[in-house]
Amino acid sequence: MTTANLFDQPGPKAARRITLFTIGAVVLIAIVVAYAVMELAARGQFDAARWSPLTNPKLILFLLQGLLNTLGAAAVSLVLALVMGIGLAIGRLSDVRFVRGPCVVIVELARAAPVLLSMLFLFLAFPLAFHIDLSAFWTVVLALTLYNGAAIAEIVRAGVLTLPSGQQEAAYAIGLRWWPTMRLVLLPQALRVMLPGLIGQLIVLIKDSALGFIVGYQELAAQAQSAALLFNNPLQTYVVVGLVFVLLNSALSWVSTYVSGRQVGADSRDQAITTVGLEPEAAAALRALDVERRMGR
Amino acid sequence: MNEIIEVLPTLLRSFGTTLELALLSTIASLLVGTVVAIMRVAPIPPLRWAGTAYVHFVRNTPITIIFFIIVFGLPQVGVIFSFFWFAVLVLTLYTGTFVAETVRAGIQAIPAGQIEAARSIGLSFTQVIRYVVLPQALRNVVPPLATVLIALLKNTSVASAFGVAEAINSMTNLVNVHSTVVLGIMGATGFAYISLALLLGRAFAWLERTVAIVR
Repeated sequence: MTTANLFDQPGPKAARRITLFTIGAVVLIAIVVAYAVMELAARGQFDAARWSPLTNPKLILFLLQGLLNTLGAAAVSLVLALVMGIGLAIGRLSDVRFVRGPCVVIVELARAAPVLLSMLFLFLAFPLAFHIDLSAFWTVVLALTLYNGAAIAEIVRAGVLTLPSGQQEAAYAIGLRWWPTMRLVLLPQALRVMLPGLIGQLIVLIKDSALGFIVGYQELAAQAQSAALLFNNPLQTYVVVGLVFVLLNSALSWVSTYVSGRQVGADSRDQAITTVGLEPEAAAALRALDVERRMGR
Repeated sequence: MNEIIEVLPTLLRSFGTTLELALLSTIASLLVGTVVAIMRVAPIPPLRWAGTAYVHFVRNTPITIIFFIIVFGLPQVGVIFSFFWFAVLVLTLYTGTFVAETVRAGIQAIPAGQIEAARSIGLSFTQVIRYVVLPQALRNVVPPLATVLIALLKNTSVASAFGVAEAINSMTNLVNVHSTVVLGIMGATGFAYISLALLLGRAFAWLERTVAIVR
């Protein structure tokens, strides 16, 4: 058995029992699926009228426009969040207390507030309290940047802190000051380590950009909502749009695993832990447990 | 200032709904997540496949889309709950995937010798899980579980767009009525979320120290 150290090679009796349970589980799953399918069919959810709008080229274009807007907001936020994240991480690693303090506060606050709250703050408070009207695009992008910038700051900081302390000491020993040490020695190494984490953050961005419909940004979820209202086929539209997201994010998550240097498939697929989509420390903690397990072998 | 005092009871009440939503979903998603994690390490292949499929599909879908599917899709097939219970269902399904992966990482980090020892004294798979693996695995993953559950608290805000009168929902309503104290209302809501999230962080740090196994 490849799957776990949790059970050993089954003997004849255990093998029979596993076969029995397997058959039982298959039957149970089949019954649940069959019931769901029958129920869906009885309520006309498989009617061509509900699915055919989704093959309409105009609707597909409409949804693709939404997908493009989703990707656009996610890409712009990623770039801005990277700038903000690296800046805050450097600030938080600084030796000067007056630089470090504010950076700590910004990172902690930005990470503790829900993205939707920041989005609504930009959407409602900016026009009313400061007379600044942001477009829907910038409302979404800035809210996503705030949270993800703080998250990336933590990823970068963790990346720098995991480097052996000899790196910094050696740089100081050859006469580099704090900033050249950071820029020439520590950051380049940290950034390479954190590439998989960054791709994971892109997935978080793509998923969170679906909040854009609340502030009127025409991303994929918003377009899906309009389409589902028009054709009265919510289940069909949302399931298809959900699958688009799954496809996109699985592809990104595969890339993230691939660049993390761990050959995809080297570990049994059943065992690899997906950390994508978790908060940075949670992902780091799980990766550490995973490393422990591999070393323990 | 008077207006702030006027809206305060509404804000507090709605934050109570947020807490209720978060608490119910926390309990349910811990249960779902642990069960799915066990399914994914079980010797029975269909259970593993089912667990893997659930985790893969749900965690890669935005929570907004899951809300859409559940809140607008389920009534189409005659499944109707109140918005609050729909929100609990969505938050549980979504957070359950993260809990499942976290717990599974904890399970897999248990050294093989522990399980071999447990097997050799005659414990069955379920007994190994119940008495040897889970008590250690869950302790191992308290810090990552804490961040998963804090993320759940923040995700309850999405329910505001799907008919649940929680903190963000009533904040939006109040802002439209009391437009002179926008910053006060939003500041108070933000303060509540941020302090609760930071407080939870502290509480979990304490929990970690308390349940840690001293070797």
